[in-house]
Amino acid sequence: MTGLGATTPLGGDVASTWEGLLAGRSGVRLLTEDWIDTVPVRIAAPLAVEPPLGRVEARKLDRTQQMALVAAREAWADAGSPEVDPLRLVASVGSGIGGVLTLLSQHDVLREQGARKVTPHVVPMLMPNGPAATVGLAFGAKGGVRAPVSACASGTEAIALAYDLIKYGRADVVISGGTEAAIAPLPIAGFAQMQALSKREDDPTLASRPFDKARDGFVLGEGAGILVLEAEEHALARGARIYGYLAGAGISSDAYHVAAPEPTGAGAARAIQEALETGDLTPADVVHVNAHATSTPAGDVAESRALHMALGSAAAGTAVTATKSMTGHLLGAAGAVEAVITVLAMRDRIVPATRNLDALDDEVELDVARIDNRTIKSGAALSNSFGFGGHDVCLAFTP
Amino acid sequence: MSQTDVLAGLAEILEEVAGVDPSDVTPEKTFIDDLDVDSLSMVEVVVAAEEKFGVKIPDDDVKTLKTVGDAVSYIQRAGVAA
Repeated sequence: MTGLGATTPLGGDVASTWEGLLAGRSGVRLLTEDWIDTVPVRIAAPLAVEPPLGRVEARKLDRTQQMALVAAREAWADAGSPEVDPLRLVASVGSGIGGVLTLLSQHDVLREQGARKVTPHVVPMLMPNGPAATVGLAFGAKGGVRAPVSACASGTEAIALAYDLIKYGRADVVISGGTEAAIAPLPIAGFAQMQALSKREDDPTLASRPFDKARDGFVLGEGAGILVLEAEEHALARGARIYGYLAGAGISSDAYHVAAPEPTGAGAARAIQEALETGDLTPADVVHVNAHATSTPAGDVAESRALHMALGSAAAGTAVTATKSMTGHLLGAAGAVEAVITVLAMRDRIVPATRNLDALDDEVELDVARIDNRTIKSGAALSNSFGFGGHDVCLAFTP
Repeated sequence: MSQTDVLAGLAEILEEVAGVDPSDVTPEKTFIDDLDVDSLSMVEVVVAAEEKFGVKIPDDDVKTLKTVGDAVSYIQRAGVAA
């Protein structure tokens, strides 16, 4: 990993996001949009900084694409703008829903003003591969533009795909990650109907509380995270600064229910085991886990079981955090932003404390960092992501 | 509508839609090669021009509008016909 980029509810770049996490800030707030009284949940975690793009550039790009571009530019610059054969450069960027804001707003245009007023950019803006295409175009990637779609595991799967592409010699550099922008009445209404969202409005900053006894659902957020992954010899040849290694990646599926997690955690455990095996790691190597932990009652417990199943007795000795307590749940961008966070935790050997964790759920048997940030020793770190559809993805990083 | 008025109106649209500097909008310029307006943005230009000048520009005719001058004359003729 040679470059990191992000735009999140905590900050417009990696540094401000990391600073927000270490300070335990919440990006969740009460929304003030004019449609807000049409939906049952009025809290969300919007971007801290609007994408700093030019007006003409922005009008052809859905918000997911704008955010992916902002994060990709940061990651690319952070990597030192590598010279790479365009045929060996791939963009792999996932989104859970795609350009839903464009779809909805242009549907309004169609109904209110007629077909002639629909923007000719609508299809490239709403297609789920749009963010990957935007990033691929921006950096001239001719080795492929890939766009895994697996709900809230999309960004993570895009990074897992980058792992394969580099491991099997199909690319030298992959710009990989995820992006999501879905803070709009229909997605909010839909998630609320699934009983997936927290309804805690009295203090929005307390609503996202993974692993806490009083958690009642996730908080919808938006953002993007991008990592520049590079073949080691390629990075060494150009003298690049290396953050660490994506040592392994695991992908599995529950085949249990379209939305509910498998209660035993077996599916997720297989992904974790595969990430360890592909990275030649053992459970004892793992010093830190950035959990998927969205703050839903069922999901957080299933993840605890999965970690125990995969790591065995080593599960108790690893420092776990749930950074969605601060960022909210960025859906398809979540795992990508959390991959960036995990890399920084590994680099600085510090795990941001999980916010709002007042009382650990009795069924969660993990050492979850709370109140104070946790110092960790050098070692491997895992980042989990799970998605509606039964997707389980785990990334294993080493220093 | 005078040629000058239509040209100025088109320049305004091109700036809004594609960020083209108004001083670059002269009759001999081609939309695609000189002004870097791609085929999708060209549709936006046409729809905005229809609204601004109160004319209809059918999709089949858009293909014949290679230069700014082509568009200005087309809009002037369409305006008279309307």
